Amino acid sequence: MTIAAVTRTDGHLDETARLRRTALAVREHVLAIGAGPVGTHVGGSLSATDILVALYGAVLRVRPDEPRWPNRDQFVLSKGHASAALYGTLAEYGFFPTEELAGYGHADGRLMAHPTPAVPGVEFATGSLGHGLSLAAGLALAARRAGRGRRVFVLMGDGELQEGSVWEAAMAAAHYELDNLTAVVDRNRLQINGSTEDRMGLAPLADKWRAFGWHVSEVDGHDFAELVPALRLPPPPGRPAVLVADTVKGRGVRHLEHRKQNHFAKLGPQAYERALTALRRAA
Amino acid sequence: MSTTTTQPDSDRAAYRAALLDLARRDRRIWCLDSDLGGLEKQFQAELPDQYADVGIAEANLMSMAAAVASTGLLPFANTMAAFASARALEQIKIDIAYHALPVRIVATHSGFSAAHLGPTHHAQQDLAVMRSMPNMTVLTPADAGETVRLVEAVAHLPGPVYVRLGRSPTPAVYPEGTEPEFSVGTAVELRGGDDVAIVAAGALPVRFALEAAAELARCGYAARVLNTHTIKPLDVPAVVAAAERTAGVVTVEDHSVLGGLGGAVAEALAEHHPAPVRRVGIADAFCPRPGTHAEQLAAAGVSTAHVVTAALSLIRTQETRTGRRNP
Repeated sequence: MTIAAVTRTDGHLDETARLRRTALAVREHVLAIGAGPVGTHVGGSLSATDILVALYGAVLRVRPDEPRWPNRDQFVLSKGHASAALYGTLAEYGFFPTEELAGYGHADGRLMAHPTPAVPGVEFATGSLGHGLSLAAGLALAARRAGRGRRVFVLMGDGELQEGSVWEAAMAAAHYELDNLTAVVDRNRLQINGSTEDRMGLAPLADKWRAFGWHVSEVDGHDFAELVPALRLPPPPGRPAVLVADTVKGRGVRHLEHRKQNHFAKLGPQAYERALTALRRAA
Repeated sequence: MSTTTTQPDSDRAAYRAALLDLARRDRRIWCLDSDLGGLEKQFQAELPDQYADVGIAEANLMSMAAAVASTGLLPFANTMAAFASARALEQIKIDIAYHALPVRIVATHSGFSAAHLGPTHHAQQDLAVMRSMPNMTVLTPADAGETVRLVEAVAHLPGPVYVRLGRSPTPAVYPEGTEPEFSVGTAVELRGGDDVAIVAAGALPVRFALEAAAELARCGYAARVLNTHTIKPLDVPAVVAAAERTAGVVTVEDHSVLGGLGGAVAEALAEHHPAPVRRVGIADAFCPRPGTHAEQLAAAGVSTAHVVTAALSLIRTQETRTGRRNP
């Protein structure tokens, strides 16, 4: 799985190193936002960061200076509570200035704690879980009938899969053979009340998607060498694809990893410094 | 007074024919179905590339409709009012209304029109919830012909639209050749009069209003009758004008007395021209027994007799206050 590492270069850095550098910057943005006046959903943002960076840094055909470019690939962040990671990623890739991130949740800014289309690069307002796959399926169906070659991506949380509407959309996407649609599940195995498997079990998750007619891949959601080629690979003809990405809630900050308490956090100055130090040490 | 000059048609059947006609001329028009029965024979058979059935999955229907609309298409999302206004409401709120997307939500079986099917299929709260959605236009035609004109009028309206239809054939409100142009937000005066005003919306309510006006005329009172096919934006000037010249306003609807047409009229008058209002609508209770549409409405407080009683109470109150008795 080294295709990604050699296909593109950026100065002296190969692609994986470049993506890792951006991912570190995005995680720093997530912590800074978490240390801001309103806090943020730190754990799920950190688990989703590498997936978002892989998409925007290596897969999606998008134009940051023309967010509504008609031929763009489209991405829906169904787990809208990971807004800090999305905004950080969009800012790092030039959709808006990184300075704007400091205005997260402020009355004079546009960065709501759940994404809204007022933010350049955001297709749909999300955050009420269970909507994103339907939206992506609608985009994919319309794109195919219009003869557009675009791909449509959607990132869902694993706890989100407990919403019934997800499976309405899963049925529809397979029924309409939407092979321009790729879903990613951020499988961090935690929800607010604890382990997904203890609270409302999802296993056998890959089998569920297969049974619904989807092509399933299981990948390490923090390894760009796996993520990027898996995301680049189009779904097989006639079937939508789902990547079940094995991730860690709180990834990158050792003392926050695998802890349900990090779902939402408002980091005080000391907690922020400690988290930032841990993040940089691990990177 | 209107008469039925042609075989009654249901607004549902009229809508389907009008939609197909529209979609033949504008390829951006899509028909999204949720296993309603009939659209597949009519629309899908002729225009398969502008049709998609999502199955029995109303939440997915609304989200997919939003996404389709975001690409520049004009989807009509078809379901029953009970499901549009409750089961799929969050998808309508967030994916459609919040984004102000041009989805036309066409909801049949509104009010008690599902009749004997019972409260699972009744929708007595849909006007209340839909008119509280930002960006939403809310329409309820009075007969099949008005439904056809409505479909043409809203096809290219910006933003989302909720179209409230019934189920069974109802008599035509307008005699053939007298149909007014459909203008969103403009109430239609069906009958002139300055003793009392009757403001109605929907097929049976408008019929009850006209029948009540005829009965009041026999008692020597002239009732003004307005068909408010547009619940939102309400034609406030027409409602205020009706209140200014009469003893008060009776509202008539196939909907709960809470939050629908009666609520909208009362809100508008309270702010613009405080006047007596009587709301003829479904009492705040679930329908307890089977029966025909009209039987169930009558049991819940909606019939020609209820409209007459309400109108006379307004007239009597004014006569008592002014010490004057009309003929």
